[in-house]
This record gives sequence, structure tokens and C-alpha cells, in this order.
Amino acid sequence: MSDLDDLKAMMDDATPKPDAARRAENLALAQKNFQDLQGSREQPRPTSATEAKGLWTGVTTMLKTFTGKAALTTTTALVAAGFLVMTPQGQDLLRPPTSPEITRTEFDGTAKSSQIESEPLFADEIGSDMLVQEAPSDFVGEVIQAPQPTPNPETLPRVTSPANEPVAPPAPPRPTIAQQPTPSTTSPASDLEMAETTAPDAAAALGLSLEDQQRFRSQSSGTQRILLDSMSNQSPRDASRLSNGNAIHPGAMFSGGGAPQADIVAAPTPNTEAFANDDTNPLKITSEDPVSTFSIDVDTAAYSVVRSSLSRGQLPPAGAVRIEELINYFPYDYPAPDAGDAPFRPTVSTFQTPWNADTQLVHIALQGEMPALDDRPPLNLVFLIDTSGSMNDPAKLPLLKQSFRLMLDQLRPEDEVAIVEYAGSAGQVLAPTAASERTTILNAIQSLGAGGSTNGQGGLQQAYAVAEGMKEDGQVNRIILATDGDFNVGISNPDALKDFIADKRDTGTYLSVLGFGRGNLDDATMQALAQNGNGTAAYIDTLSEAQKVLVDQLTGALFPIAGDVKVQVEFNPAQIAEYRLIGYETRALNREDFNNDKVDAGELGAGHSVTAIYEITPVGSPAQLSDPLRYAPNTVAASSDELGYVKLRYKEPGEDISQLIETPIIGESIPGTEANFAAAIAGFGQLLRDDSYLGDWGYDEAITLANANRGEDPFGYRTEAVQLMRLAQSLSR
Amino acid sequence: MRMMTSDEDLATAAAHGDGAAFASLLERHYDRLFAFCFRLTGARAEAEDLTQDICAALPAKLASYQRRAKVTTWLYRVAVNAAHDRRRKRATYTKATDGWGDWENNRTAAMKDTNEQIDWLTAAMNQLNTDLRDTLALVLDDMTHAQAADILGVSEGTISWRISEAKKALRAIKEKEDVA
Repeated sequence: MSDLDDLKAMMDDATPKPDAARRAENLALAQKNFQDLQGSREQPRPTSATEAKGLWTGVTTMLKTFTGKAALTTTTALVAAGFLVMTPQGQDLLRPPTSPEITRTEFDGTAKSSQIESEPLFADEIGSDMLVQEAPSDFVGEVIQAPQPTPNPETLPRVTSPANEPVAPPAPPRPTIAQQPTPSTTSPASDLEMAETTAPDAAAALGLSLEDQQRFRSQSSGTQRILLDSMSNQSPRDASRLSNGNAIHPGAMFSGGGAPQADIVAAPTPNTEAFANDDTNPLKITSEDPVSTFSIDVDTAAYSVVRSSLSRGQLPPAGAVRIEELINYFPYDYPAPDAGDAPFRPTVSTFQTPWNADTQLVHIALQGEMPALDDRPPLNLVFLIDTSGSMNDPAKLPLLKQSFRLMLDQLRPEDEVAIVEYAGSAGQVLAPTAASERTTILNAIQSLGAGGSTNGQGGLQQAYAVAEGMKEDGQVNRIILATDGDFNVGISNPDALKDFIADKRDTGTYLSVLGFGRGNLDDATMQALAQNGNGTAAYIDTLSEAQKVLVDQLTGALFPIAGDVKVQVEFNPAQIAEYRLIGYETRALNREDFNNDKVDAGELGAGHSVTAIYEITPVGSPAQLSDPLRYAPNTVAASSDELGYVKLRYKEPGEDISQLIETPIIGESIPGTEANFAAAIAGFGQLLRDDSYLGDWGYDEAITLANANRGEDPFGYRTEAVQLMRLAQSLSR
Repeated sequence: MRMMTSDEDLATAAAHGDGAAFASLLERHYDRLFAFCFRLTGARAEAEDLTQDICAALPAKLASYQRRAKVTTWLYRVAVNAAHDRRRKRATYTKATDGWGDWENNRTAAMKDTNEQIDWLTAAMNQLNTDLRDTLALVLDDMTHAQAADILGVSEGTISWRISEAKKALRAIKEKEDVA
């Protein structure tokens, strides 16, 4: 009796079994009370005038209904600029260490301060291969002059040049400014896409009349930076402007009584890159929005751009990071489809999220079949090569020539090659020639030289015409466009190009886009072309990348096995409270687009694999970010154990009718090497882009996870990825 | 899936209105709950009634369930509180029916007890004060002192002290009976 164990044993013996009848009765009572309670909970109070809103829903609604995201951005930028201008610390930040100096940039023909006459001062400094070109006429209308005592640039002639050489102007401009009674604010809008759309809205929001805005906007070459000068009404002002990227504080300091001088910040390296990306996919609440639809993306351009940035010692701009392209850069060893089945095989697995113990990742992997190479159909290739002045850079045209030589060795005698170049105008360099005539083709490639503007549309038109002429039954037609993306003649707006390309893709010709060079890479245009032209976009930054894209993975790049591959996932609200698609921002489709065979989507190449990753929060997980609704209808399908249901649609190449593959998402499993590596890259992409969902998980963890799951890695791609992560880690410190 | 689902998941689902989750949660824990009620009350009939009280009140209590607590911990806390309520009600009732009613109650209870031949342990436990009895019931139900402390809302030291007090008291009762 002295021991508690004895006591416990005695107690256990003494404890009777519950009476079965009472047990059933009590359970029934509990259930009845439960149901009663639910009933009363379900009824909203009749007097309640406002909707119940969780914090999450409230914020989402606010953001959705807020008239201008743009206005928010601008006001924030104004406050930031106000800090720079109004505080001594801010002024220190703005003031260059040496006396003000203008760095010559791509637009320097135009970028003169108000007191410098607008003659092309630097004509003698502009190399012979550079072309001074009048801006399109629509541009002139976009320069809105403010009433001011000093002249403004009338036109903005454009210098297309390898935009990398800073040249000091003969005299640093020192615009004098009448002393202002009120402060001026400059808003350097740093994101060009955003800023472009923002400016009018923002101005309206600020209540400024047109005269009060001084807006400089370059034309569509991709250099689209805006200097929004929102001063108080009636203030005459002066704005000195340097081109793209770094807005200049136009002056108007208010210290003492002397005439203040403009502080000018020189743009260190002019950069006219434009990247296609959207805001990070938001967290979705399953009960409100259970269906997620997107198109596959087999492009790899974003990874190469990230690598190119990191190798130059810079973190890539967040807009350049398309996470799905980072993930899909790598070959994965997913189970291949069996012969006779669909051309690709989906594998869906669920496992714990590396960066959050309370959520899971749904890993959707598509592995395309690798058809027998021996009986591949003959290829008709049209090389459409950008030979504009901007391509005159060791990393562009010369690399392009080398890359095509590599590729030529992969072609067969029965394949045909034609070459179209385009600069100011488009021209056929090489008529369709059998690949066996290697010397002829090589000579034609070698003869290409850069110079002139970029009439991308003209080139595309001619290339499609040539491709049409080469077309024969049973052959694969493909245009390979090599460019830095900088289209400045003809259609140059990505949206208009989309329409143009969409018309052309119905001819059955595929389009691949190879991006070259940095500095004025117009990733947005490239994406628009590849996504709408049944093609892929890759970015060639090194010869090894050319080797990967044009040699190692050429088959996949050239032979589509499935077209318009769409993915639709429906999550079960009984199991999943919230979900979030990682990446694929630029590939989102509407829910109804899934079954609409008219809507275009990505192509899957032979042997390609595609990975999509969702982060899901199970019902009741402490990681749930939104509160459940108190008055939500109680229609949960509690009977199903499935986490969700994946539906895939694809078309056989050349077909118009899509086919459907379906598979449920079932419970948790142990992730394999491939899934783990994909997760590590997904984490890496988020670290580069927006790590708000990662918590404390950082580069160390990403590196460890990637390193442990490099697998066989015959080409060393994964090893390189780990190196890049290390580089990014050092650069981000 | 349901069988694999943790208690905590079930309870949370139930708190959000999932009737099936609530049913399977209660199904899972009913026997254990009853056994615990028996230890708290020391009488079968009392235990059945107490369990009924808990079952009736549990749906409303679900709202107070916090996911960071284990379901068993939370359930025991609900049970201990229900037992307290019941004793308080009983005390009021006893006062109101002072006299022969009280005597009658005791007599019927004693009769039932005799019928079910409970051993001296439960009888002895009934002689302990309620705090000691609750504590002992928890510890005998494989709760650690820390868990018991959590459930009863007292410090762990208090639990240890109460257990030693309970042991002392039980030993004293035993000795008294041995002498008698």
C-alpha cells in the first residue's frame, strides 16, 4: 500500500466498465447538444449589420477594393523621397561623393539638364556602330512639359548602344532653381513596370494637374523609368534627369537663402532590363477558392538570369526570379510514362514543408516520355537572329554564333536550316538548306554582324513566312529566335506582340526564344513571345548554358510531345485550410480556361519534366494564417480523405481536342531525393524573391537540403545550384 | 484517415463544427473519461452521472479548446471542473434536504456501494478531501505531476505535496482499519 503502483493496480481493478446503455445515451446526448450548438452558431444574428471578417479576409478585401495599388506605391515612394529630400541624412544619401556628374547612358542624347541645349553633344563619342535614332512619334506626346523658365528637352533621341560605357559630359550641369517656398518631392519609382502604370493614377490621386507633373518616359525599348515630380502648385521647377533607373533629385533645397543647386545622382550602370513577373501568388483559403489553375512552364530563362546576376556579384532583381523556372531548370528522375500511356506521367506526393513543420508541400511532377530518337521527324529550323546594334557584345552575338555551331552538330542530314536576321529591317541570310551542308550554314552564321535598330516584328513575320515555305507533312517546324529582347521598331509592346504571335501559332510552327546578354535584356518581351508562340524561353549566359539548352536537352527543346498542358488542382476544404502555389505567377489561368481548348498553355518537350509545388496548411494546423469564419456554412465534405484532386489537360501535338488525366492527392509520404531537391530550389527562389512565408528558414537550410539531395547529377547542374546558393548567401549578408 | 487523425486535429475540426470529428473524438475517449470520473467520485452511479454532465456540456466547452493543449489534458480539466460543479450542486442540495433526505441519500448510496462491492480503496478515497482526491485520481490515471499540475492549475510542487499527503492519509486510514 505504500507504493502508488499498488494503489493504481487496486484502482484499476476497482474501476468498473461503463454501462453500455448509459454510454450510448451519453454519447447521443453529446451529439445532440453538439448539433444544437452548431445550429445556433450557423444562424447569423439578424441584427448584425456588418459582415464578420477575419484579419486575413479584411486585409485581402481592402487590398482588392482599394482603387489603386499604384496609389499606395506612389504615396509610399513619396514619403521615402520626402525623407531623402527633407532630412539631412536623406540629403547625404542623395549627394554623390564627388561633384555632380552625369554618367552618360543610353539616353544621354536626351538626358540633358535643362540648361544644356539639346544638341547631341556626344556625337563624337558615340561609336560608329551605334545608331542615333529618332524616337517614335508617340513618344513626343508623352513628354509633358511643365511651365518653367528654362527649356526642356524637346525630343528624346535615342541612342542604341551597348549601354555600358559611362562618359562624362563636357560640363556637369548645374541647374539653378528659384528658391521655393514649399518643399518639392521627388519620387524615384524604382520598379519600371509598376511605375509606368502608376504615374497617371498617382498623379490623379495626388490631385495634381497635368502641368504639375513632369513626366519623362522613355519609349518602349524597355527603358521605362519615371521621374515624377510632384511639387506644390505653381512652383516653377527644374528637373535634371538622368536616364533610366536612378532618378535624380531635381533640387529645391531650402537651406539658407542662397540659390540651391540640384543634387544629381549619377546612374552607375545604366540598366534597361525588363522582367516579366507578377506579385507572388497569395495564400488562398480553400473554402473560398478551392480551385487553382495554371499552365505548365518549361522555360529556364529565369535560372540563367539569376545565375548571371549572381556571377556578377549582384543579387538578381526580385522580378527576375520566376521560381517555377528555377525548379524546372533541372532534369529530374521522375517515373516515366509506360509505353502506350499518355505522353507524360503525373506523380503527386505530399510531404512536410522544409521551412514549416505545420504545413505540407504537394509536389506535382510531370515526366514526359522520351520517344525513340532514331525515328524522330525531320526538323525545319528557322534561325531568327537579332543583329541589331545592341547585340554587339561579347556575351551576345559572338556567343550566339558559338551556340548555334554547337547545335548544328546535333542536326541530321535530312533537317533543314534557314537563317533570317533582323535589325532595322529583316532579311533572309540563308535560304532553306539541308543540315548536311554544314559549311554553307556555318559561313552564313559567321557572316552575321551587328548594327542597326531592332525590328523584331518584321523579323518574326519573315521567319514565319520562311517556316511556312519549309513546311511538309510529318515534319516539325520551329523558329529559334535569338535576341536580347530589345525590340524597338514595329510592335514592341509585349501585349501587342502576344496578339501577333497568337495568330501565328495556329500555323503549327513552334517558337523558341533564346535570350542573350544583360544590360537591356527584355525578359518581358521574351516571355510574351515564348508563352504565346507555343515555345520555350531560355537564357544563354555562358557557353555551358548553350551546351545544356542546345545540345544536352535539344530533343526536349525541339520536339513537343504534348501541347497546351494545363493543371487544375481542387483542394478539399475538409482537409486543407489554406494553400499557396509556389511560382507560376505569370502562368495563372482562369478556372474556366482549363476546359477551354481555345486557351493556350505551355508545351511539354520530349523527356522534359515539370514540377509544381503547393504549400498547403491542413485544417487545424497551427500554421493556418487566417481565422476560420464563424458564419461559414458547414458544408464540409468530411467523408473524403483526399487532400485534393489534380486534373491535367493536354493535347497531342497537332491536335485540337484536349485529353484529361486525373489523380487524387492523398496523404503524407516520405519525400524522395528529387522532390527534396525541388523543395530546396523552391525555398531558394523564395529567399531571392520574397521570403515572407519561410520563417527562420534561410540559405543555410536551403544549402543543406539541396546538398543532401543532389542525387546522381551527371551534368553538375545541381552542384552548380548549391554554389549559387552559397554565392547568394554571401551577397545577401 | 480518421483513425490516424490526432486527437488535436479532431478536436479542432469539431470546434469548427465537424460533427463526425466530434463523435469519433468522444467515442475514442469515453471509456477513459468514465474511468476517470469513477476515480473522482468513487461510485459507479455517480461516475455515470458525471460523465453524462460532461457529455452534455462538452460541445459548448469545445470553443475553449486551444490547440496547443493536448486533448486528454483539456478533457481532464473539463472533467475535474465538472466534478467540482457537481459537488457544489450536491452540497447545496444536501443542505436543502437536510434531515431524512440526506440520510436517505446516504443510505441508498451505501446500499449501492455494498452491492457493487467496492473495495476499501474507493471508500478510503472518498474520505480524502476533494483536492487530494482529484490529484490522486489524475496521478493514478498515468498523468505525470506536471500534467496534473497543468490540469488543476496549480504548481507541480503542490501536486507532489498533495500526493504525499494523500499517501499519508490513506496509510492512516489503513492503520485505523487494521486496528479496528
